[in-house]
Order: sequence, then C-alpha cells, then structure tokens
Amino acid sequence: MTVGSSEAMNAPLRIALSLRGMTVAYDGKPAVFSLDADFVAGRMTAIVGPNGAGKSTLLKAALGIVPRVSGEVSVFGGTFEEGRHRIAYVPQRASVDWDFPASVADVVTMGLYRGLGLLGRMRTEHRRRVGDALERVGMQGFAGRQIGQLSGGQQQRVFLARALAENAELYLLDEPFAGVDAATEAAITEVLKGLRDEGRTVVAVHHDLSSVAETFDRVLLLNTEKVAEGPVSDVFTEAAIHKAYGARGGVALNPIGGVVRAPET
Amino acid sequence: MSAEFVQLSLTPILTGLFAAMACALPGNFLVLRRQALIGDAISHVVLPGIVAAFLVTGTIAAVPMLIGAALAAVLAAVMIELIRRLGRIEPGAAMGVVFTTLFAAGVLVLEQADTSRVHLDVEHALYGSLESLIWLDAEGWGSLADPAALAGLPPELVRMALAFALITLLTVLFWRPLAISTFDEGFAATLGLPVRAIGLGLTVLAALAAVAAFDAVGSILVIAMFICPPAAARLLTDNLARQVAISLMIAALVSVAGYVLAGYGPLWFGRQDSLSAAGMIAALSGLALFAAALFRRGGRRAG
Repeated sequence: MTVGSSEAMNAPLRIALSLRGMTVAYDGKPAVFSLDADFVAGRMTAIVGPNGAGKSTLLKAALGIVPRVSGEVSVFGGTFEEGRHRIAYVPQRASVDWDFPASVADVVTMGLYRGLGLLGRMRTEHRRRVGDALERVGMQGFAGRQIGQLSGGQQQRVFLARALAENAELYLLDEPFAGVDAATEAAITEVLKGLRDEGRTVVAVHHDLSSVAETFDRVLLLNTEKVAEGPVSDVFTEAAIHKAYGARGGVALNPIGGVVRAPET
Repeated sequence: MSAEFVQLSLTPILTGLFAAMACALPGNFLVLRRQALIGDAISHVVLPGIVAAFLVTGTIAAVPMLIGAALAAVLAAVMIELIRRLGRIEPGAAMGVVFTTLFAAGVLVLEQADTSRVHLDVEHALYGSLESLIWLDAEGWGSLADPAALAGLPPELVRMALAFALITLLTVLFWRPLAISTFDEGFAATLGLPVRAIGLGLTVLAALAAVAAFDAVGSILVIAMFICPPAAARLLTDNLARQVAISLMIAALVSVAGYVLAGYGPLWFGRQDSLSAAGMIAALSGLALFAAALFRRGGRRAG
C-alpha cells in the first residue's frame, strides 16, 4: 500500500500538531523562519534537512523548550496547554549527562510523573508500566543498570521507553537514530511503526535520507524555511532534496536515482 | 567535664553539623547540574549584602545583616540565572561574572563607608566564629530539657537548625521535579514542570543555606560543604537518593570530627593553641573527597 493512496482514502486528515508562522532565532539569526506545518495524526512524519536547518529547534520551539519569536502551536485542534499531556518528547541522547546517578528504571519512571505527582507512591501498576515500556524496546533485564554503563543504542532505547511510559498520543523524537547500532535502529523503527499502527502520531527529526522512504509516511523538508511537506511519495523528490540541501552543497546524490546518506558533520 | 562539654562544645558542634548538612543537601543538585560554583558565588556575595544592610540600618544586628545578605544572595541568584539564560553563556562563567562584580562592589562600598566604630571585617566572613557559639546557660546535659536554659541557646544554632529543616522539607517535597529537571531539563519542561522556577528555587535554597551558615562557619566552609560531600558521595553510589543520604553522613562526620580535631588535636601533640574549626572541617571534607576517589579507583570501575 502506498502512502499516497492511503491518504486519499482517509480524508479529511486529522492534524495532531499544527504550527503557524513559527519563527525562532538564536542571537538574532533566524534558525526557523515563518514556518507553517501540519503533522497528520496517525502517521509517521520525518523532519529532514541539512545540519543547522533548524530541525531540532523546530521541535523544541513547538514544545516551548526554547522561546519562539512568533508562531502559534496547536495540538489536536486545541491549544498547546490543553494538549501538552498528550505529547511525549524524546530529546537527543547527547543532550543529557548519562553519568547521572540513576538506573534504567529510574529514568523510565520519570515518564510516569504526570500520574505520580509530587509524592504519589509507586504501585504495582506503575512498576508494570515501566516493565512493559522496557520490554517493548527490548531492554527488559536492564532495569537496575546504571545508565552510564549502557551503549549509545541502549541509552536511546531507554529514552524511547521513558516516552512509551507516558502513554502519549503524539511522539516527538529528536534524532532517535543518531549514533545507534543497526539492531537498535531496527528495534526503534519497529516500536515507532507499532505506535503508528495503534493510531498514534510519530514525528521524528531524521538525518538519514536513504531510510526516509522505507520508514516514514510523510516528510517535512526544512532549511530554516519550509521546503516541502507531504506524503513521502509525493514530495520527497530529488528536486526538493536539492532545494533543501543544494545551497549548502552538502548532499550526495546517487546518479542511478536513489538518494544516499547526507554527510554528517 | 560533661557540663563543660555541653557549655563550650555541644552548641558549636551542632551548629557546624547543621551548617554542613544544610549546604551539602542542595549541593548535591548543584554538583549534578554542573553549577557547583554557584555556592562559591553566593557565599561571596553575602559580604556586600551585609555592607549594604549596615549602611541602611547603621547597626550590625543579626536580623538586618541576615536580610541584607539574603537579598544580595537572591539578587546574585537571579542575576546568574538571567545572564545564563539571556547571554547563553555557561553557568560557571555567569557565576564568575556575578560574584566578582558584586564582591568588588561590596569592597568599594565598604571602603567609602565609615565602619570604624563597628566590627565589620572580611576575616570573619571567611572563617566564621564557630568556637564562640558557647551556651553559657547550660549546666549539663539536663539543660537540654530546661526551657530557661534553652532560651539562651546561641541564635546561630537555632537559625541553622531551622534553615536545615526548611531545606530538607522542600527537597523532600520537590524531590521528583528536582531530580527530573536536573537530569533532563528539556524533558522536564514537556511534562509541564516550571524548569526555570525549579532552577531558581534550588539556587535560592543554596543561598538560604549560605546566608544562615556564613556568620557561624564562614564562607570557606560553606563552599567546601556545597561541593565536597556531594562529590564524594557521587563516587560511592549510582543512586541519587543514596548519594544525598551519603553526602549528609559525610557532612555530619567531617563537621564533628573537624571540630574535635581542631579543638583538641593540638593538645594531643602537646601544644596549647587550637586550630580554626571551620578550616579543619573544610580540610577534612576535601580529604573525604580524596578518599572516596581512591576508593572508587581501587574498588570499582576506574575513572
């Protein structure tokens, strides 16, 4: 089944996350400029663009982690505040200090904070949710391990498990495949597709152009401004990729027709 | 002997104990956030606050001094957080800017002000006056149950105990938000946690500990207690709650041992004088960190 035809059958599309007129600046320089985007509910969308294109910034600004100069965010048709509890965020693995004194279970338990509150006691139900989340990412048996002793791929799975424990409807992931081994990449892809098949929405910042088509339904091509947005089969064209990456001259295109991995710095 | 101990040694030991633990508790989170220098900054900023309080009130009574120091510490905390957020520079640099600037301002004001008729000196702020916190109303251990004698407790001890109780209460209450935002601030924000307020609150807690502790034990001990017990405890466990508990035990141990060693140690070597208790406690806390590092290298994974 191609994504294009499934979109045609399921109209009208429900929008999980909608951004309007989003501009984010660092030190007066726009990182994201006047961007409109709609992330379709129940789909997997990749945010793709060259390094420094504002992909991670876009996610963080949508979540209110970094301030935006302007822009409206709406979640499932309501305000961001109304929809905040329906979102789970998976930050870049490198954004935290993994030498923190915490076990794998401690980190996944952080995903239960909304339900536990300040002083709520961990009950059997909570422990089960932590165990289920770890099992889903293939990390059962690691619950007591100190997080600094994990490999990069295992750390990434722990971050994903923490988001799964939140039981959210919209998953926003920042580079979930960065620096992970092939087994982890496959495991994470399977989990994300599973979420999608349950009707949840997945949005991931992604840098591997070659795997966009096989993993994702939709794509947002970004280079500070929006370059293209839509089903992968419609908009993920060589011309659009050139437009996103071309100005920087960083992309390597395979002359036989496929797109190969964009060089990372 | 026991009456003399209660009169002369019990209250300084307890004051040092509460001061050490009150600083070590928030110090755990400061160290994990790589903001350990914040304690250093705050404990220096206390001086200009006291100078300002003296200029306003004309006295060096305890309450105005405490308010002035607290205001200066809070001002510094806010300035550090603002510079860090707005200037987007690393926390250490932000603190360096704030505390040198405010300390320099304090020195300038102190030079201009007429403090000749009062006792206002930098030495006091550095080393404290732990040994002078004696309990003259005490006649023995029984005085601990005597309301009249308890009313004569050194105010520094009462203040320090209250500060420690308040810091403990707030840390326990906000444990989860504090832990989550210390590990992963971005994720904490998506949970709806007020991460800026939490960061500021932690800084204010540290300021409270520093202000309450400074005139009893001085800023050197405050800085040491913010950093050494938590850093040593971090080396001994991979569990946050256990780390905090161990850091409090180390703080308690070195404060008692340091006081005894400073007071009686020279006698054991046949000398009549005694050493600075605050200095001895701070030095012991450094030794504790060194020992923890050796233990970690020898017994567990290297590095």
